[in-house]
Amino acid sequence: MISQQLLYALAGIGLFGIGLRATLLHQMLLERLLALNVCGAGVFLIFIAVAYGGIETAVDPVPHALVLTGIVVAVSATAMALALGRRLQELDDE
Amino acid sequence: MIELLWSIFDVSLVLLVLALAWASCSTQDMMRAVTLFIALGLILAIIWARLKAPDLALAEAVIGAGISGALLLSAIKDYPSTTTVLSRQSSLVEWVINGMTLGLVIIMTWAVWHGLNMSDGLRLSEQVMSQVPVSGVSNPVTAVLLNFRAYDTLLELAVVLTAVLTVLNLNHKRADVAAASPLLRGMTRWLVPLLVVTAGYLLWVGAHAPGGAFQAGAMLASAMILLQLSNPSSLQGFNLTVLRILLVIGIFIFVLVGIWMMSVNDDFLAFNPAWAGSLILIIEFAATLSIATALTLAYLGGRPTGWEFTNPVHSTKQHNGEPS
Amino acid sequence: MIEALAILIIFCGLFFFLSGSIGLLRLPDLFSRLHALAKADNVGLALVTLGIIMLEPDPFNDIKLVIIWLLVLAASAISSHLVARHALRENRNND
Repeated sequence: MISQQLLYALAGIGLFGIGLRATLLHQMLLERLLALNVCGAGVFLIFIAVAYGGIETAVDPVPHALVLTGIVVAVSATAMALALGRRLQELDDE
Repeated sequence: MIELLWSIFDVSLVLLVLALAWASCSTQDMMRAVTLFIALGLILAIIWARLKAPDLALAEAVIGAGISGALLLSAIKDYPSTTTVLSRQSSLVEWVINGMTLGLVIIMTWAVWHGLNMSDGLRLSEQVMSQVPVSGVSNPVTAVLLNFRAYDTLLELAVVLTAVLTVLNLNHKRADVAAASPLLRGMTRWLVPLLVVTAGYLLWVGAHAPGGAFQAGAMLASAMILLQLSNPSSLQGFNLTVLRILLVIGIFIFVLVGIWMMSVNDDFLAFNPAWAGSLILIIEFAATLSIATALTLAYLGGRPTGWEFTNPVHSTKQHNGEPS
Repeated sequence: MIEALAILIIFCGLFFFLSGSIGLLRLPDLFSRLHALAKADNVGLALVTLGIIMLEPDPFNDIKLVIIWLLVLAASAISSHLVARHALRENRNND
């Protein structure tokens, strides 16, 4: 059967594909932001799947640190995009 | 038998995650999409726990599902209703996008499969694990984050600060929500102190168990968000000078420690093994305060009342003001 | 012996979770769905926690698990109340 690592890496690639398609297709900022976050989650899943060695061997901590940084940066980028979107909405309403 | 059950568990988790992502990206109702996204974050946290990444499971549950979900939920009402705005591209463009994405997915699958099979590659894990005892902490992820790759964490704090500065510059704080249910207020009276204590615990325990500054900071931020939701007047009189100091204290202490190490050890952020544990704790404490303040301000959506710039932005005029 | 009993209790808890999910999908109204979710999921969590406590050797972890169960109980009660309150107000505004 397929190894656990490969299964989760494929899941990460699938998430990335779903998010990428939705980012390119949708027009509204909020939908694109959700899809970009899904893309990011897919990339993180690929990282951690590659770092996972198996149930016995120790895990590689460097990708974990990178993904932890990535999660925090993703949420701050989301906050910044939402602030920009809100300002654009206000300017459109004027 | 046990292996088969674990495989069934893995496959069902993967299918669940893909189904949630698809449903979240392709639904018309924004409220439903954001709720599904929060559920996606929680299932992702379970996957991190399954892949032996407990630090990430904590971080994903608090930051990815909690803070990100709260941010997106509070932003829904900024946008008009979806039924009038949503419009797809033309059918040809849709086909091209689908084809491109499929091609990229196939190439990535080949790349990952090839990369996983080249198992003779040097991994960093042996080097890292051999150096963890001298790093001052015993949790390898904290050692990597705050000792071996401390410069990356410093830049990450700078990225968070930049994002929050943008948020503060652009908008005023969102209007307070209507009076919350008294049950919510009663719950926050005991929940917020509990969250603060848990944040302190996560900060302390990050040295030898899953935890750390980011999870603790995000938990503090969620306590403040809870306060804002249930009792908005409690956050209103916050001293703005203290707020500004809290925003930058993470980076400030980090750089200060780095320069001190540069004067002692001839290298920016090169810790002595004897001092490393205490230095990491000091840096993490300052970083927790900074991250909590930054995420709370990001949720509030902009400048709190009373924080004005000398030349505020009006329509398309160029912004050239400094905070007073 | 203890393990077999613990696994049986965990399966009972899973049955409650399953019935709560079926209620979420099949019941007609928001309020009845909330009722099914809040009640069934909390009892299911209680049974699963009890089963894990029976399997767990360290007493400190048992106390932590009980605290987690109580917190989830409180959170689900409060959030069900808030959702129901909001839905009730919308119903009143629509009438």
